[in-house]
Amino acid sequence: MIQALKIADKIFSSRLFTGTGKFGSIAVMEESLLISGSELVTVALRRMEHQHGKPDNLLQHLDHPQIHLLPNTSGVRTANEAIYAAQLAREALETNWLKLEIHPDPKYLMPDPIETLKAAETLVKMGFIVLPYCSADPVLCKHLEQVGVAAVMPLGAPIGSNQGLQTSSMLEIIIQQATVPVVVDAGIGAPSHAAQAMEMGADAVLVNTAIATAHQPQTMALAFKNAVEAGRMAYEAGLGPTQHHASASSPLTSFLSSL
Amino acid sequence: MFSEYFNQFDWDKEYHSIYTKTIQEAETALFKSHRTIEDFKALISPAAMPLLEQMAEMSHVETQKRFGKTIQLYAPLYLSNECQNICTYCGFSLDNQIPRKTLTALEILQEIAVLKEMGYQHVLLVTGEAQHRVGMDYFTQMLPLIKKHFAQVAMEVQPLERMDYETLHDMGVHAILVYQETYHREHYKSHHPRGKKANFTYRLETPDRIGQAGIHKIGLGALLGLDDWRTDSAFTARHLQYLEKRYWQSKFSISFPRLRPHSGGTVPKSIITDRELVQLICAWRLFNNDVELSMSTRECESFRDHIIKLGITSISAGSKTNPGGYAVAPESLEQFEIDDNRTPQEIAAVIQQAGYDPVWKDWDEALQTH
Repeated sequence: MIQALKIADKIFSSRLFTGTGKFGSIAVMEESLLISGSELVTVALRRMEHQHGKPDNLLQHLDHPQIHLLPNTSGVRTANEAIYAAQLAREALETNWLKLEIHPDPKYLMPDPIETLKAAETLVKMGFIVLPYCSADPVLCKHLEQVGVAAVMPLGAPIGSNQGLQTSSMLEIIIQQATVPVVVDAGIGAPSHAAQAMEMGADAVLVNTAIATAHQPQTMALAFKNAVEAGRMAYEAGLGPTQHHASASSPLTSFLSSL
Repeated sequence: MFSEYFNQFDWDKEYHSIYTKTIQEAETALFKSHRTIEDFKALISPAAMPLLEQMAEMSHVETQKRFGKTIQLYAPLYLSNECQNICTYCGFSLDNQIPRKTLTALEILQEIAVLKEMGYQHVLLVTGEAQHRVGMDYFTQMLPLIKKHFAQVAMEVQPLERMDYETLHDMGVHAILVYQETYHREHYKSHHPRGKKANFTYRLETPDRIGQAGIHKIGLGALLGLDDWRTDSAFTARHLQYLEKRYWQSKFSISFPRLRPHSGGTVPKSIITDRELVQLICAWRLFNNDVELSMSTRECESFRDHIIKLGITSISAGSKTNPGGYAVAPESLEQFEIDDNRTPQEIAAVIQQAGYDPVWKDWDEALQTH
């Protein structure tokens, strides 16, 4: 068993957070998310049907007691747009949890640090539980913490790139300094990447593309579930230090014993 | 402006360099991780044809990685066929003796009711170019009416001024499409002898003005067959590359209109075969892994069914290309012939059959409110 994770007022027994995009069908999405054991699932406002009083098909398939929804603001370019979208999401999903995403660049979807910090500060004051997607910048993460976000979500690599933890040395610093949970988001393409993030001490990971676009998303969801648990278990068990060289002999100091 | 950059290039030299590419160059291009314009030219060259299956496989994988197993659905809504231009290939050309029609507010609502019934959330508004009757006054009058029924509104209308695009952006228009038709300056002139459209440079600079106005998505394309489709595609690729660097907050989409028969039209100068169109689509994906690639109902059923997996990210279905075609005047003359007449629901079923999720809504009014 691994330790539970607390973010704001919620306790999570799974440290694998997931998303709802890119699946080949809603049925496959639902099955995969259930198999993954994920308890926090992000949903894009842009994909939700929240007007005209129609029930949203996607949301109906996410209606399971263990699944908490995390609406995201994907698509906005500025803090003001994010704040407006956040209020709409809160109303539509009846949750004050928010994955704050501001990426004005539609190509690599790089989070805008300036707008994100601005929006986070306002949204926290408005009573939102803010989980900002951000660059793996230790100083930015401290600033986000100071304005009251509930967790930080630094990227491992460009979103959807499956490149793994390209930012690992920065992530290590972020994890070391953080006083809020660190969720590695974006770039995790294989279960081994997720395990690596957890071994490093990340509190959780968010995985979407790698599961949704797998040949068998359900099986991949299980693989990620196991990898996240294994990585966390190893972290909690205490990994031995990594040695970069052998240490059997002491050629430089062995003379001391003969003195 | 793109026109200054464009002027450095010579059509004939581009043409020659594409047609002298070797299969070795195409192979090298195929196995690179970042591909240049020269690589794109190699991939669309006749020499690359033996690599088609590999290109298709790689395009399939790249597209799924970036866009997931999803295909977006949209429908065109033709608002008017009035036009002051002569375009030798177009059904709406001024010199074509057809009944002209611009939809009234009431008629637009009737059309919208049918589109909504079909399930559409994304709509593409299309007009000819009749600046006085169907200009900014008309657009600003009709847009609020249309906007509240759709999550995403795109427009394919005459080139406008930057200020006009800013107005449209503020009114919530998400995307603007403007096709250059051909990048061959002289042949462009002979195909557009009259009307505002005769100004090649003004049209060429239109995507710059759209980008400057902060529009979220800019659609480009050449009318394939009007001139050499390979050379036109290479120029389109240059255009995209130029725009992406400057208007980094905008998304881009590419369309592949093939010159089709219409009442009294131009015979294509170069025919792009089905095989070559697949080659072109795959080459685009390998050149740019996040540009949206769009397919209209000009193409036939079996082609569209198979192309879903090869790089396309959005398709239209059940389209009518005549103003009033959905409800008001179903029998009036279409801009071009529709080859795939299946309903949106039938197309959605085909998409699902292929293992993809048909996406009706991928934008929200709330995301661009200032």
